[in-house]
Amino acid sequence: MDGNLNAITTVFTEFYYWVTVVFMFLIHVGFCMYEVGASRRRNHMHTLMKNVMVIPLVTVTFFFFGWWIYWAFPMFPFFGGLDAAGNANTPWSDTMGTNLSDRITGVFWAAFLLFSWTAASIVSGSVIERIRSSALWVHAVMIGSVWWIIDAAWGWHYGGWMVKYLGYHDAYASGVIHAIAGGYALGVIMVLGPRIGKFSKNGTPRDIPPHNPWMLTIGIFLIYTGFWGFYAACNVPVISPEVIGGQITGTTWTATNIYLAPTSLSAITFNFLMSLSGGLMAAYVVSRGDAFWTFSGGLAGVITASAGNDLYHPIQAMLIAAVGVVIVYKMHYWVERRFKLDDAVGAVAVHGYSGVVGLIIAGFMLWGAPSSPFEGYAAINPLGQTIGAVIMFFVLGFLPGWGLAKIQAAAGVLRIPEEVELQGLDYAEHHSYEDAKSEIIEADKRYLANNIKPAK
Amino acid sequence: MSTIGYENWNVDLADVGAIYPFQGSEVLMVILGVAFWVGWHRIQFVREGKHLEEARKQAIDHDKITQSVERY
Repeated sequence: MDGNLNAITTVFTEFYYWVTVVFMFLIHVGFCMYEVGASRRRNHMHTLMKNVMVIPLVTVTFFFFGWWIYWAFPMFPFFGGLDAAGNANTPWSDTMGTNLSDRITGVFWAAFLLFSWTAASIVSGSVIERIRSSALWVHAVMIGSVWWIIDAAWGWHYGGWMVKYLGYHDAYASGVIHAIAGGYALGVIMVLGPRIGKFSKNGTPRDIPPHNPWMLTIGIFLIYTGFWGFYAACNVPVISPEVIGGQITGTTWTATNIYLAPTSLSAITFNFLMSLSGGLMAAYVVSRGDAFWTFSGGLAGVITASAGNDLYHPIQAMLIAAVGVVIVYKMHYWVERRFKLDDAVGAVAVHGYSGVVGLIIAGFMLWGAPSSPFEGYAAINPLGQTIGAVIMFFVLGFLPGWGLAKIQAAAGVLRIPEEVELQGLDYAEHHSYEDAKSEIIEADKRYLANNIKPAK
Repeated sequence: MSTIGYENWNVDLADVGAIYPFQGSEVLMVILGVAFWVGWHRIQFVREGKHLEEARKQAIDHDKITQSVERY
């Protein structure tokens, strides 16, 4: 009986993560649609390809070294050496392949990988219409398979040093995905510079409206949909206290967050919807009904509440989301005017500032709550969360993004030439598409003129 | 002889681990995989540089650029 129960639990867990991965694919579909909708016609194909190729590049590198980092780095380098658990997750380990004695590693790896795509795709959106693809793809590998997964090992792992010593709590990745990716994007766009025409001579920012509002709308709704899968993927679906091996007594099985502390799928469903609603409502008011800020506000609301959405009451989640959205909306425009930064899709605000604000709020809201089911871990507290926010946004996000972009700029391989920016990247890199379009349009016109008689 | 180590499934699955072909050559496969990845970046980087340079030279045609700008 025990054997069958274990088998069912294993197969259920395998299937559970597999479903979350399929759902999370929609996040990337949504990001692609959002970016293409936000770009101008002369840059469509380039914008699309830039984001699509994030998928294979981050995937293979996450196989080669990202997954190993997660298991090897929880205490490395400040509080210990590389963890031996990394050995079973090297790309040459026999569990990183078809293996009947391990049915979980593949789907768990994939769930983390989809987070990696998200981190890279967040950066991709903010730099559209002027970055070289080759430059962005190096950034994608670095944020997707190195920096975010280091932060996950430190702060999103049941044995991570940030959890143990700071009481860091970030159940649905306000910081470990969104703050770091927003900080990274900020570092890159500071070096990359704004699109031509974004700022007038006196420094006033100009709006560069999306060429296709409907595409943006569908894109962000797909991101919302994929976010459901993301939330589920952050949980362990079912586990016994015996297997956790911590302080929990009794025999009641439970779902847990990534720290193996108890929560439920029901709780996070409440909180996802209420924080989405709080974000949408606050964004509608603060932006005076601007459609795109309202949609993004829904996302920013969820992100703000995500750090503590395993434990919040739904009304708390709604109000936290609303407060966060007002702060990030104001910060976005203040930073844009003050520093002349062009964040094409508002990614730094929606992901970065929301993540930071969400972490700090969680420190106060959950002050004193256990960060872990294991003995000897610091409790959740405002200072730990604030230090954690700085590590995520600035140390592991902003600095690496800014540093690599500086190197690329110095080598002349970061930004496209301004002539090409005006002419459009689709002609530069996808001229066969543009040439073929022109040719077929001319051919049809000729056929029409020569062969079809107008109605009398 | 079987590349996966099993010639039939007359086995207790509790005793079965990896079943992919050519077990033991994982490090070689990783080396090939990394070479494929790094090589891809190299090819793409060189091609993109050439494309952008050609496009920059062609872009002195202001009428053409104006058309592109007006497409939005």
